[in-house]
Amino acid sequence: MTTSFIHPALILICGALLLPCIKEPFRKLYLCSVPLLTFLDVIYLNWHPGVHGVVLFMDKWTLTFGRVDNLSMIFGFIMALMAIIGTVYGLHVRDNWQHIAAWFYVAGSLGVIYSGDYLVLFLFWEIMAFASTFLIWFNTDKGALAAGYRYLLVHTFGGVLLLLGFVLRYQATGDLSFVQLDQQNTQLFTWLIMAGLMLNAAVPPLHSWLPDAYSKATVTGSVFMCAFTTKTAVYTLARGFAGFDILIVLGVIMAIYGIIYAMMENDIRKLLGWEIVSQVGYMVAGVGIGTALAINGTCAHAFAHILYKGLLFMAAGAVIHSTGKSKFTELGGLYRKMPNTLFFMVIGGISVSAFPFFSGFVSKSMIITASFESHFMVAGFLLTLVSIGTFLVAGLRLPYLIFFGEDRCSTETREKAADPPWNMHMAMAAAAFLCLLVGCYLPFLYSMLPNPEVAYHPYGAYHLSETLQILAFTALAFIFLKHKLGAKASISLDLDWFYRMAGRGFLWLAQNPIQWVDTAWGSAYRVVGLYSLMIIAKFWSWFDWHGIDGVVDGTARCVQACGRRITVVLQKGHIQQTIYFSVTFAAILLISYVCL
Amino acid sequence: MITQLIDYLQERLQTVKVLSAIAVAVMLVWTIVGVDTSHAHTWMEAHIPGFWAIFTLLACLVLIFFAKWFGNSGIMTREDYYDD
Repeated sequence: MTTSFIHPALILICGALLLPCIKEPFRKLYLCSVPLLTFLDVIYLNWHPGVHGVVLFMDKWTLTFGRVDNLSMIFGFIMALMAIIGTVYGLHVRDNWQHIAAWFYVAGSLGVIYSGDYLVLFLFWEIMAFASTFLIWFNTDKGALAAGYRYLLVHTFGGVLLLLGFVLRYQATGDLSFVQLDQQNTQLFTWLIMAGLMLNAAVPPLHSWLPDAYSKATVTGSVFMCAFTTKTAVYTLARGFAGFDILIVLGVIMAIYGIIYAMMENDIRKLLGWEIVSQVGYMVAGVGIGTALAINGTCAHAFAHILYKGLLFMAAGAVIHSTGKSKFTELGGLYRKMPNTLFFMVIGGISVSAFPFFSGFVSKSMIITASFESHFMVAGFLLTLVSIGTFLVAGLRLPYLIFFGEDRCSTETREKAADPPWNMHMAMAAAAFLCLLVGCYLPFLYSMLPNPEVAYHPYGAYHLSETLQILAFTALAFIFLKHKLGAKASISLDLDWFYRMAGRGFLWLAQNPIQWVDTAWGSAYRVVGLYSLMIIAKFWSWFDWHGIDGVVDGTARCVQACGRRITVVLQKGHIQQTIYFSVTFAAILLISYVCL
Repeated sequence: MITQLIDYLQERLQTVKVLSAIAVAVMLVWTIVGVDTSHAHTWMEAHIPGFWAIFTLLACLVLIFFAKWFGNSGIMTREDYYDD
């Protein structure tokens, strides 16, 4: 193990464990400095690529904690950066447990990114799942507890798939290293590992957990959650499954699926959750295309996505934080009350919609170009269609329904609405600045991409003209059709219906037939078992009283009677007789002693 | 400042609309006349003028009406559906 290697996850974990000991006025400073230190450590690691932190475990397995290469560097960088932004956003939260859970969650994500084998990957994978569950449970709103349990169960299922997969692979190949899997020679373990990773990337049909959980997490928790789980999964897919054609199909399906559901959604954070499903679809498709440009596009889009989606979740969180409402049907016309939040949400919205000079423009197009260049024409057109839908939903529908249009707020909501505290402003400003920086100063992002030899120039005249046409005519269509995208008090049924209903079915089964059998058994036991037991107990009680106690008491009475008799015979009160008996007794004893 | 800007624009909605329409028209003319489409990925992009504008309008119609139809087909339901 290299002595200079300090795992960034370790800093966060130690920081989290020490947090309860830190009191005001140092607490806020400490909260900022731990993720900052982690970020500096990540930068230090990026300067020292290679394999670090190799440990021999139980004399049999080689565990690799620090694989720093082109692919892990960019993901490590953006995750650590987002940890700073997320922590600053949650600086006002007094509950230490929320910070501890968030840091453990980020530590899990960083651990996965730098892991070189499946054992370490699995360890951090599970840390992520468990820590993030608490970010949902810390929310006291109705439904959060149940959503947390659903999230945990689904991720446990995913973890088991992954575990099964890599154990089978180890049995077959004797290899635990986490590397690219063979597409030509797929085995059961290939699909199991893929399914386990895909569940975290929210690839249909394993996606329903995402909008469900992210809409129920705490305001600050959802900012963390939107960044880490899916993008870590994208990283693992890019590491193990680049070029697997099925991922193109699934990626395009999830991009379309997410955007359709986002158009119907009434909850702000659920809409953004569906948007994540849609945007991660681009990345999954990029992994499936698997060319150098596509992988670059996937990484660039993951990088850009973490920033603008974080910004959107922060702006949405600001609305929920101040108004306490998260449904479009309870909001609207708030731009006068929350102008800064509107500004940041629009920056996030136009970044995700790939406006020129914003981050989405330089990242999303890379994946679409890669699909056209690899002759996946249908995929290219469908992904472009989704980017139109993205602008409709996140760039137009979202800010319109919260800040403009019909005012659906109650008087109380309108009075409460205000721009959020300074720390939330700072975090949003940082994310907005980074969205702009990524879009304007290309080397910032492009120099970190895993395949630097591939050149890509987003600011060509043709790409600009294509984007401007798309944006202008989407806006035009929205103006005429916005009434079709209005707020409606509803929820949308999704594939989680199956496991929710299965859970309900199980509950019914437990409450009815199983409960009946249990009750019947209890009654039968009472009638048959308990009655016979009482009879037997009574018999033994009688036996004890009359049999055993009779013998014991009889013996005692006998001894007492004998003693009394002896006393009557031997101790009559005559001193001569008593001396006579005593001397005789002593003589007998003496003779016996001498003879024997 | 942001509020004032929005109010300022809303007061001059007609002007904003006209300016936007002019901007879109100029952009469209530029894309048709001024942009070299010979490196486009497909034949359609290279030969249909304003291809992406047409594609966008069709895409919006398809997405919005499909979402509407899909939602009304029983997918969108009452909010307390899972509460019973």
